[in-house]
Amino acid sequence: MSDKFASKENSSNMSSPMGHGPGRRMGFNKPKDMKSTLRKLGKYLSKYNGLLILTVIFILLSSVSMIAGSYFLKPLINKYIIPGDFSGMAKMLLLLAAIYSLGAGASFAYARIMVHISQSTVFDLRKDMFDKMQGLPLKFFDSNTHGDLMSRYTNDIDTISQALNNSLAGIISSVITFTGVIIMMIVLSPLMILVTAVMLFLIFFLSKIIAKKSKHYFSMQQAKLGYVNGYIEEMIEGQKDIKVFCYEEKAIEEFNSRNEELRKAATNAQTFAGLVMPVLGNMAYLNYAVTSSVGGILTILGILDIGTLVSYLQYTRQVSMPINHVSQQANMILNALAGAERIFDIMEKNDEVDKGKITLVKVTDEKSGFACETQENTECWAWKVKLEYVEEDLVPLKGDVKLENVDFSYIEGKPVLKNVSLFAKPGEKIAFVGSTGAGKTTITNLINRFYEIQSGKITYDGIDVREISKESLRRSLGIVLQDIHLFTGTVADNIRYGKLDASDEEVVQAAKLANAHEFIKHLPYGYETMLSGDGANLSQGQRQLISIARAAVADPPVLILDEATSSIDTRTEKLIEKGMDKLMEGRTVFVIAHRLSTIRNAKAILVLEDGRIIERGSHEDLLEQRGRYYQLYTGQAELN
Amino acid sequence: MLQKFLPYLSKYRAAVILGILCSALEAMFELIIPLVMSYIVDVGIVNRDIGYTIKMGLLMVAMAMIALAFGIGSARFSAVAGQGFGAELRKGEFEKIQRYSFKNIESFSTASLITRLTGDVNTMQMSVTMGMKMLVRAPVMLITALVIAISINARLAMVFAVGIPVLVISLYLIIKRVKIYFTELQERTDGVNVVVQENLVGIRIVKSFVRERFEKSKFNKKNEEFKDTAEKAFGLIVLNMPIMQLVMFSTIIAIMWFGGNMVYTGDLQVGKLTSFITYVQQILMSLMMLSMIFMMLTRSVASARRVMEVLEEMPDVSDNTEEDVEIIDGSVVFEDVYFKYDVHGNEYNLEGINLKIESGMTVGIIGGTGSAKTTLVQLIPRLYDVDKGRVLVGGRDVRDYKIKTLRNSVAMVLQKNTLFSGTIEENLRWGNENATMEQIKSAAKAACAEEFINKFEEGYETVLEQGGVNLSGGQKQRLSIARAMLKEPKILILDDSTSAVDTATDTKIRKSFKNELRETTKIIIAQRIASVMDADLIVVMDNGKISAAGNHKELMKSSDIYKDVYTSQQEGVDLNV
Repeated sequence: MSDKFASKENSSNMSSPMGHGPGRRMGFNKPKDMKSTLRKLGKYLSKYNGLLILTVIFILLSSVSMIAGSYFLKPLINKYIIPGDFSGMAKMLLLLAAIYSLGAGASFAYARIMVHISQSTVFDLRKDMFDKMQGLPLKFFDSNTHGDLMSRYTNDIDTISQALNNSLAGIISSVITFTGVIIMMIVLSPLMILVTAVMLFLIFFLSKIIAKKSKHYFSMQQAKLGYVNGYIEEMIEGQKDIKVFCYEEKAIEEFNSRNEELRKAATNAQTFAGLVMPVLGNMAYLNYAVTSSVGGILTILGILDIGTLVSYLQYTRQVSMPINHVSQQANMILNALAGAERIFDIMEKNDEVDKGKITLVKVTDEKSGFACETQENTECWAWKVKLEYVEEDLVPLKGDVKLENVDFSYIEGKPVLKNVSLFAKPGEKIAFVGSTGAGKTTITNLINRFYEIQSGKITYDGIDVREISKESLRRSLGIVLQDIHLFTGTVADNIRYGKLDASDEEVVQAAKLANAHEFIKHLPYGYETMLSGDGANLSQGQRQLISIARAAVADPPVLILDEATSSIDTRTEKLIEKGMDKLMEGRTVFVIAHRLSTIRNAKAILVLEDGRIIERGSHEDLLEQRGRYYQLYTGQAELN
Repeated sequence: MLQKFLPYLSKYRAAVILGILCSALEAMFELIIPLVMSYIVDVGIVNRDIGYTIKMGLLMVAMAMIALAFGIGSARFSAVAGQGFGAELRKGEFEKIQRYSFKNIESFSTASLITRLTGDVNTMQMSVTMGMKMLVRAPVMLITALVIAISINARLAMVFAVGIPVLVISLYLIIKRVKIYFTELQERTDGVNVVVQENLVGIRIVKSFVRERFEKSKFNKKNEEFKDTAEKAFGLIVLNMPIMQLVMFSTIIAIMWFGGNMVYTGDLQVGKLTSFITYVQQILMSLMMLSMIFMMLTRSVASARRVMEVLEEMPDVSDNTEEDVEIIDGSVVFEDVYFKYDVHGNEYNLEGINLKIESGMTVGIIGGTGSAKTTLVQLIPRLYDVDKGRVLVGGRDVRDYKIKTLRNSVAMVLQKNTLFSGTIEENLRWGNENATMEQIKSAAKAACAEEFINKFEEGYETVLEQGGVNLSGGQKQRLSIARAMLKEPKILILDDSTSAVDTATDTKIRKSFKNELRETTKIIIAQRIASVMDADLIVVMDNGKISAAGNHKELMKSSDIYKDVYTSQQEGVDLNV
């Protein structure tokens, strides 16, 4: 019914069942341009440079104390335990206690700081992304599905937050621990390190093989997951049609076969995922076994002493842990970077073009001679134009809208409006009539500059709309859309959306105007009734009445009604007609109507077809012409 | 609750048992390795016996390899069991949902049903896979390590009597608090998501009211609330590790002190002392692991509850009879019917409905929003069951037919109809799987869908996107009508199904109903009087009751509501005359 159809087609291509949904976080998402994503993310983190340095220091402290602790085992055994030097042992143990406490304290400190850094960073990311989105043109929202955009706030942000919380510090600490342990091992026994090196190489090699294998199986699992989830989504959404057509058994059959495919693929993927732990873990034990036997022999041969061996074995247990850890976290980090890339993608989109400098101001009553700007609520508005030579000029706002030879297309090559010219005199009611896709909604979308025209000119009180700041332009235009959207909050909050500082009285007044007052009064808490889920607890008609009240409270000089009454039945429509008439009084109004009866009293009716205006005139004129309008009106039209 | 899920595992019982066994054995073999090492130090080195040392070394390697084999087994079996469980659960849910009535479907939202089938099942199967490995491994590790430690030196093992309770209590306290924070965090997450969601959906409203700044500040508030709670929750979780480290290190130091003394007095050997330290780490680590598993399991409890709700929901419309009776004709009778959506509500949505529709009639239903037009017709194919009174089709209570038989004879075009991904032809075949291409084409023609289908390059092979988003509203409605006509039903119900179709096409479609579906009872809910004006019977609904019934002429005399609607709509009619 609206002309958004063309662009919707485009958006649906971009969403696939694979694109979102719960499966995504398990996958292997590789960022396309790792370097630049890292740099951008780095910029966000650099805000916390001081804290990050502190984190690294604490990680260092914690790792070093852990390594040192194991090192002290050697003198403890060699010098104190074996000779039985208890006072020395006590001193040594106290020192050890101090080192360990320091280590534990440091590891708490860095973890806690990282929580702060990661939560603050994702806070900044969320904030910037949302702020950015508010400035993006409608085209952006047409070409991305809500689910896809939502998942940037949920899945993508989640993985980033987790990666920063655990993985970043984890990897830093693993690298430090690994280096430290290797150094200590070399210090303890340059000979034994050869054994360790061989074993580590083996572990590294094995984990690479597993990673490669499991990657293959994981992408298979992802594909099947999308296949099943897509089916679930579609069938659940169409559940009522399934009932009506007795399609249940067929749906189950199809589902079972898809489900079985997923089970097989997922079992393989999960097997490999599960292999990582036992393989790496037992390789570590193997390393331990080999090291202790070789070390034992070396000790027997007198090359090593027992203290060194015990110490070295302790390190052997520690050395493989970081490898294990890094291999687990690397995927998390890659996933997070892929998520970050998607977020930065949005942040780099171009904002709506808004170069207009002309603003809307309140003015004193112009009848008194000349108008001047005022803060008072005079109900008189003017455009404040800054001219080059004169200081400034006030052009009274009248609502005189003109389109001159406008061409427009949502998608290049598919023109929606072709050479459209039209004029609306102030205070007139202009109606658009035409079949679906004729370009009715598009025209109103262009007046408030939701989209940019390709050629031609749209003027508003003689000013090119591109010269007017978007904020002022849209403030001067009230709009009631066919698709109604209410926000979570009270009924009063929703009406007040039209004018944030509206008094309670103004809200009630607007509701009365739209004939919404009656039913609102009967809601459990009246105007304070909470609405949630897009006003799910109200009927379609009631929601529309609220949206009309919302436009009424804004009190705009120009009003656009895009099939505003299409979801209200004719009886209810009659009830609000009076309110609507009152709302339209003295304003320029653009009406797109489904029912021709609602626009009969329009000053001018424009009949659109295939992106062109083919007829124009009053109801009577057009009937006399016996043209398209006449056909439509009498139900004879052969619409495409 | 756990018990209720057991049936979904039963198919994989062998994998579960083998998996648990493998995990347990893997942990045990791993744990013996440090003990063997202590023999190298205490026997091999002390006796300078290289042969013994090599023998012990090989023993350790063998044990590591055996442990690895069990590890691989446990990975495989737990994956089989976990994924199998997930698949069974999804299947159970999906099959259950297919048995839901409209009322059941409405009691969940679509989005929530989808999460319960996807995300929640994922969480649960993860818990099974992880649980089989960790939940087995951790206690086995704990007990084996404790037993070995005690066997090495029972007196020294007394240190654990202090260490373990301290760790357990502190972990317990942390988890308890974290749980509270996490519930709060979930609410905060919802808060953020709602703002984003509503902003996305209502972006045109936001822009046209120039409320970008307002939205930003709304979001900022929710974002800040989220951040504060997240920092509290995660800030607490990170306490786990240092506390565990503190306990571990204190225990090690205590063992070094007491153990050192014992080594001096000859009650303990150095090798045993070092392996003892290894077991300290194992014991405390296994406790950590247990606490982590519990945290994970608490999260999946919420998922389990949500899944259970789906599985336990009782379908409130189901076959009452085994007997499969044919429907003889398309007559419909409402006998003193009362119905309400909300079982606990006081007000009926339909009250005292008495209506007789003869087979083959065309019936129009009109009435304002909320007058229960849709409710009325949905009782005919038993999409809902009446609370009082009865609905008869073909002279027999609808509850005495098999649901499948009933619904196969009653075609309904819903107000909000869904098309499915696939070709146009496939979608039409929903009406009749075995229809010939000719039948399909004639149905499409009758529903005035042929004209636009032929305009598509691929014709009937045109692939529709999910939900048919690449079609206009009117086109979708016409396809839905064609789909219903293919069923060749005894009763055809159109619930405001031509609202997006222009008047001329609407008239054409009604004409083809008259010609092609002579025998079929046609029930048409409409907003436009013109759509129902020439019906045999027009029912005027008002506030859940039949306010008037009759043909156009009668109603113009008898019904104020009807007259009212008529005059408000009589566009151009008089011009036509």
